[in-house]
Amino acid sequence: MAISHKEKGMSYVLSSKDLLGLKDISKEEIELILSTAEAMKEILFRDIKKVPTLRGKSMVCLFYEPSTRTRTSFELAGKYLSADTVNISTSTSSVVKGESLRDTGRTIEAMGIDLVVIRHSCAGAPHMLAQEISASVINAGDGMHEHPTQALLDMFTIKEKKGRIEGLEVAIIGDILHSRVARSNIWGLKKMGANIRICGPMPLIPPNISDLGVRVCSSVEEAVEGADVVNVLRIQRERQDKGFFPSLREYAKIYGIDKEKLKGAKEDVLVIHPGPVNRGVEITSEVIESSCAAIEEQVTNGVAVRMALMYLLLQGGAKNEAAD
Amino acid sequence: MKLLIKKGRIIDPINDLDMVGDILIEDGRIKEVGENIEELQTKVIRAEGYIVSPGLLDMHVHLREPGYEAQEDIESGTAAAACGGFTKVACMPNTDPVVDNAAVVRAILSRAQQVGSCRVLPIGCISKGQMGKELAEIGDMVEAGIVAVSDDGKPVADSGLMRKAMQYVKAFDIPVISHCEDPYLSSGGVVNEGLMSTKLGLKGIPNAAEEIMVARDIILAELTGTRLHIAHVSTAGSVRLIREAKKRGVKVTCEAAPHHFTLTDDYIKDYDTNTKVNPPLRTIKDVEAVIEGLVDGTIDVIASDHAPHTVEAKSLEYDHAPFGISGLETMVPLVVSNLIDKGILSWMEALRKLTKAPADILKVPLSGIAEGSPADITVIDPNNSRIVDPASFKSKGKNTPFKGMELKGWPVLTICGGKITHSSLDV
Repeated sequence: MAISHKEKGMSYVLSSKDLLGLKDISKEEIELILSTAEAMKEILFRDIKKVPTLRGKSMVCLFYEPSTRTRTSFELAGKYLSADTVNISTSTSSVVKGESLRDTGRTIEAMGIDLVVIRHSCAGAPHMLAQEISASVINAGDGMHEHPTQALLDMFTIKEKKGRIEGLEVAIIGDILHSRVARSNIWGLKKMGANIRICGPMPLIPPNISDLGVRVCSSVEEAVEGADVVNVLRIQRERQDKGFFPSLREYAKIYGIDKEKLKGAKEDVLVIHPGPVNRGVEITSEVIESSCAAIEEQVTNGVAVRMALMYLLLQGGAKNEAAD
Repeated sequence: MKLLIKKGRIIDPINDLDMVGDILIEDGRIKEVGENIEELQTKVIRAEGYIVSPGLLDMHVHLREPGYEAQEDIESGTAAAACGGFTKVACMPNTDPVVDNAAVVRAILSRAQQVGSCRVLPIGCISKGQMGKELAEIGDMVEAGIVAVSDDGKPVADSGLMRKAMQYVKAFDIPVISHCEDPYLSSGGVVNEGLMSTKLGLKGIPNAAEEIMVARDIILAELTGTRLHIAHVSTAGSVRLIREAKKRGVKVTCEAAPHHFTLTDDYIKDYDTNTKVNPPLRTIKDVEAVIEGLVDGTIDVIASDHAPHTVEAKSLEYDHAPFGISGLETMVPLVVSNLIDKGILSWMEALRKLTKAPADILKVPLSGIAEGSPADITVIDPNNSRIVDPASFKSKGKNTPFKGMELKGWPVLTICGGKITHSSLDV
């Protein structure tokens, strides 16, 4: 692989052994990850999709929440780079299981793991794990906090389609309150110079969110007006049960993205969605199947971005800084 | 045994005394207070430069016994109290079993007699089993020795029950201590609702969850004419509501905990579960309002809400770790460093909130530093600076967000009933 960040004057390494969120990493680090992902994406289109880069390294996907696509994406990313990958999926929290997350982390580390990819329903769980073990930790989603690799793949997709991120108008629509995807997107996109508008049912708008430099819009039409990118969030059915909005029917009608609501957006608007999609609820099939949507490409890009991260953390990463 | 405390600055809010002088203690009582007492064959404590106060009272602590002895017990909790400068603590009833009948009250008092390093004043439950459904046997518990009732840790959601509790206790002249929290608003919350909860992705507890209940209980206190004491006030809105109520003549008092006038929710940034406390750490606006309330007298009392927990429990994820701060051993230096040293409260005002004010609310007789009084005395070195080290706590609870902070004004000597219960001096 030819990755020559040094020539571009970029830092060659990430500053931390972990990727816990986009709030605390720099614009330069995001750029490094995205440009590394470009090289990784090329591998995905080869006939033989395997390079020896991480041979002899091992990673575990430690998932405390059900997930198919994110876990599979990480697992394949590891396999394409020749790392040995193991999955631990548990639907119960560490408390219920009787072993604390710290102890689980130590146990895994004692088995000689280099990287732990963790998804957890509690915000801050990856931070706790990262403090406990010396292996690298990637946050694959923690509670309502962050989902940095999703935001990175979103930014990668935006950059690929639009050629840039800086100066773009990005609308994020849906359940912002419970969304770690939205939070990571806000941190990352702001750092990269995009302007962000958000919109959703008002009980699902987080308190003081405008202090993060985003514009809160009261209608989808207002949020979408002149937008380059519309990021549609998945609406979880249980939110209705908790009374955040009256019905999925009303949600679809007022906040669901259809062709009509996209009229005010830029002509070449890009529509993205972190998946899995509730067709006909937060987004119509018509939009999904249209040329403005890039939902499947996001999935491909997700693998590339995760390969890039693993490479940077395990091979070119902070731990090898001295040798660099 | 005789003990002579020489040349300390005696500050006694009960007798309005502020003088440099000597105190002679004999047989558990204060024998003489004067300018230059000469006494032979006595232990002498040189207290030049020290503050000598009537023994401090913390009206809000969790001693955890019976039931949660891994977190704290009466022996360790009262030892922590003595070390923190306290000669009396009022303990909350959310033990296991809860303190909802006279037998448990008597058990606590007898245990405190045996192993306690300070006087223990039990608080009983408002409701049976602390379930918020029906009144506990409050009258029987009063006879056994409770000084107040509270369902602390759990709000009384049912306004009808709260009204009946306030009516019922009037006959016994004890206050109702209210843990103000609307469970429908706080439900599942672990930190203050605001910018930090948004940044951290943790579920927030809005100020309104506290203020709605403060308002409700003030209205019920007005309706029933009962003495109401609001525990751990944490928001600007609560301070304002209580200030207005006091002006109207409602019999309401309240307390603030040191963490609510020293820390904001900015301290939670690394998911340190030692910052997890209920009510949560709020914003700078709230901290400033609490300080203002302390200054203008809206907030009568400073109490620790000492809530010890095990390291194991506090090592869980932020969502799963229990609420609470082990506060007995840092309260005095936090008051000295953050209120007295900064000129916000005088020594007299601060000590009043730690002695006379809580004693008046709980109707605990205090005669202060006067001849014939029980020798309950706290000596503080106002200039002694030290780093908070939870490993050295007498409390089993090492859970403190103040770890590593340098604080000034530590208690150097505690005397309870003439007995030295804590000393870092060469006596």
